[in-house]
Amino acid sequence: MAKELIRLKDARMDFDGETILDNINLYINDKEFLTLLGPSGCGKTTTLRIIGGFLVPTSGDVIFDGVRINDVPPHKRQVNTVFQKYALFPHLNVYENVAFGLKIPKTGEDGKKIRLSKDEIDSRVREMLEVVSLKGFEHRSVTSLSGGQQQRVAIARALVNRPKVLLLDEPLGALDLRLRKDMQQELRRIQQEMGITFIYVTHDQEEALSMSDTVVVMDRGRIQQIGTPEDIYNEPKNAFVADFIGESNIVDGIMRDDCVVEIFNRKFKCLDKGFQKDEAVDVVIRPEDVDIVPEAEGQLKGTVTQVTFKGMQYDIIVDFYGFKWLIQTTDFCPVDSKIGIKIDPDGFHIMKKSEYSGMFGDYSSYSEEYDEISDAESEEEE
Amino acid sequence: MNGERRRTAAVLAPYTVWAAIFIVVPLFFVAYYAFTDNSFHFTFDNITRFFTATSQVTNDAGVTSEVRTYLVIFWRSLKLAVISTALCLLLGYPLAYIMSRAGARAQKIMMILIMIPMWMNFLIRTYAWMTILQDTGILNGFLTSIGLKPLHIIGTESAVIVGMVYDYFPYMVLPIYSILAKLDTKLIDAAHDLGCNSVQVLQKVILPLSVPGILNGITMVLIPSISTFYISQKLGSGRFFLIGDAIEGQYVANNLHFAAAMAFILMIILLAAMALLKYLTSRPRFKTVKGAVK
Amino acid sequence: MKTASKIYTVLIFLFLFAPIAILLVFSFNEAKSLSVFSGFSLKWYRELFRDEATLASVRNTLLLAALAMVLSTVIGTAAAVGIEKMRSKWLKSTLSTVTDIPMTNPDIITGISLMLMFVFVGRFFGLANSLSFWTMLLSHVTFCLPYVILQVLPKLRQMDSALPEAAMDLGCTPVEAFFKVTLPEIMPGVITGAIMAFTMSLDDFVISYFTSGAGFQTLPIRIYNMTKKTVTPKMYALATIIFFVILALLLISNLTDDPEKDKHN
Repeated sequence: MAKELIRLKDARMDFDGETILDNINLYINDKEFLTLLGPSGCGKTTTLRIIGGFLVPTSGDVIFDGVRINDVPPHKRQVNTVFQKYALFPHLNVYENVAFGLKIPKTGEDGKKIRLSKDEIDSRVREMLEVVSLKGFEHRSVTSLSGGQQQRVAIARALVNRPKVLLLDEPLGALDLRLRKDMQQELRRIQQEMGITFIYVTHDQEEALSMSDTVVVMDRGRIQQIGTPEDIYNEPKNAFVADFIGESNIVDGIMRDDCVVEIFNRKFKCLDKGFQKDEAVDVVIRPEDVDIVPEAEGQLKGTVTQVTFKGMQYDIIVDFYGFKWLIQTTDFCPVDSKIGIKIDPDGFHIMKKSEYSGMFGDYSSYSEEYDEISDAESEEEE
Repeated sequence: MNGERRRTAAVLAPYTVWAAIFIVVPLFFVAYYAFTDNSFHFTFDNITRFFTATSQVTNDAGVTSEVRTYLVIFWRSLKLAVISTALCLLLGYPLAYIMSRAGARAQKIMMILIMIPMWMNFLIRTYAWMTILQDTGILNGFLTSIGLKPLHIIGTESAVIVGMVYDYFPYMVLPIYSILAKLDTKLIDAAHDLGCNSVQVLQKVILPLSVPGILNGITMVLIPSISTFYISQKLGSGRFFLIGDAIEGQYVANNLHFAAAMAFILMIILLAAMALLKYLTSRPRFKTVKGAVK
Repeated sequence: MKTASKIYTVLIFLFLFAPIAILLVFSFNEAKSLSVFSGFSLKWYRELFRDEATLASVRNTLLLAALAMVLSTVIGTAAAVGIEKMRSKWLKSTLSTVTDIPMTNPDIITGISLMLMFVFVGRFFGLANSLSFWTMLLSHVTFCLPYVILQVLPKLRQMDSALPEAAMDLGCTPVEAFFKVTLPEIMPGVITGAIMAFTMSLDDFVISYFTSGAGFQTLPIRIYNMTKKTVTPKMYALATIIFFVILALLLISNLTDDPEKDKHN
């Protein structure tokens, strides 16, 4: 049964009069793969550094295994970190980097210093290098390694200490796409093999969805949603989450009744219940949930304004009564053609209005939005 | 982190205390001595003496006139320092440029060659010139041996300038070289590509980008040459008193208050000059050039 | 163009080395003359090595430089670490302005200012002559400190700030992290700073001149005293030895420079 390992209670971080974290509440279970996901400046790295002990929250508590550890310095925490740019020690070789933590005498529970024997250190380092497939690299200089190899050294250096929790701060950010995909698999494998809690920070939603048990979506120093990857994708809590995770068309709607939502003055069947009658809501329609039909058969009718070939499918932008939707389809529809669409009841996802309402989900400036996304990725947090 | 703050304070404390006692406080002592008399009563006399003291000088034509002693000395210091600095720049810039464009090995060798005289004590360097320029020195020995008339150089302003240029030349070359060596060569290629000839590249790209190095070099030559006291004594045969000599003379005569007053005035003038330079370098057009240096 | 710049370079280096070459040649001159070379002799070297005062001044200079180097390197490195970590912009810029003072102020003003303070404080304690080896050491450490700090600071800035954090993450206390990770990383800067401090101290005349006591002579002060009166080729012998020492040091330091390391930085 899952056991709670770390809890943040009303954790708040103010810096220079600015609120970086706004009363975060979060618990992390033992052996869980949890991802903190959000755009740069959302507070995810700050959260990680609080858990690592590099920052002390302005207020609130950090609980580890039932003990408050706010003031415990990093070197006394049973937590290890894989840093953003690896932070390998350039003056040490691969072996020495991995052995670094083992060579530091630890204070045992009885207050005595525990010093590992040379043989013990050696066998643990070699074992770990095998886990990360770096056997034979012991005496290489870390600066001569490729990005992927440096990444593995960083992971080995942290894991060899057998921490209860491994913190990973955008560890794959510096790798190219192909290598990133491989390392995602690798990380997941290592996590399951070693049975260690991973707390992973990333701004890459795909990475978050494919690796994690639990995803925590953050923005503006607040947690927007916590859930399994499926929950987060299928049941986004607000327009921010819906937009940040995957592509979404978000339109204003009114709940006319349980399972009846009205958009563009037309009523649609949906599966959502529990809203008040005539409550204003945000309605999410994922681009892949829209079926294209001949104009006459469509529930809504619109004009194609842009078509982009994406390999697997076409991304088309369709103008419905002045509102532009993104639809992903395998059928080619030429620009200026009139089409109709149909949406099944499970294609609608209804969200309560939030501070993010009206900010996302319109594709009138589709290409520009792509630019913005790539800008955000090249930006570094803090 | 509280512990972190404490540690930062702990490593900073020794230096902060040291800098306060041995850098800041002594400057106040300069001011204190400058504005007091021998019994440490407040006075402006030392300062006014610098501006008003007069002495008789006889020029080459035998006409005697009265001049402001220290103002003349200061003016001469400034003049010789500016001339020396200008000569260092004129001679040094081309060398720095040639160095920066040479191969890696040649650059390294030239660096060592520039640094050897720099690390020789300036007393020795100055002294070497004295033996060369003396009336019975090597230069005149050489001139007479090839049938030319000997020159009288020692004891002239020119001799002092030669000494200053020789002593401080490396301080001009090195800062300019370090800027030019780091200059992105793609900028030069780009300028050629856009139609500049070599002269235009120098004028429009290289020179403007090396301004910070030039200013740095000027500071590093001007300040020691305006305040030197050994060079003028040796090469000027003591006939061309500079402000440094005046300060040293008062120190030797144990006239500490007037020495302090002159040091104080020199310091204020240099501070003003530095502030002006800093203002010039902080102008936006120089700020933007930072990106051009790798 | 190529030949023109070659000729120019040769001429400049001729100008730079001619005086030194003349010193060198005439240090082996048999006669005292400075313009006529009358025959090879090592007599001036013999005389130099019999000159107790000069030999003592060499020992003094080395002792002073070594002490000044150690003190300024330790205090300066610690200061650089502190400055780098300092949060307050205001304090940081104040401290860096103060650090600039000994480097931008003419030596004569630094010398005079320290001398005035030492004399004043000495008088306060009733000392007739307060200038001594100790005042000189204090002064030397003072003008060496900024050079150490300026060499170490950039190395600290270049260093990934996550490195000491990684060390702490792996179990080091902050102090251990400094000695195990930060110090090895900034070592090139610390060594350069130490060498600069040592050579600045060796080379200094002006500040030493104002802050030295009667009983303690450094080599530059000894040279000053030697050149004050009559010209003696003993000086040339001394200059020649200094030249070769500097040449050797420069060659060693440049040849041992690891080109790989340069690239890395």
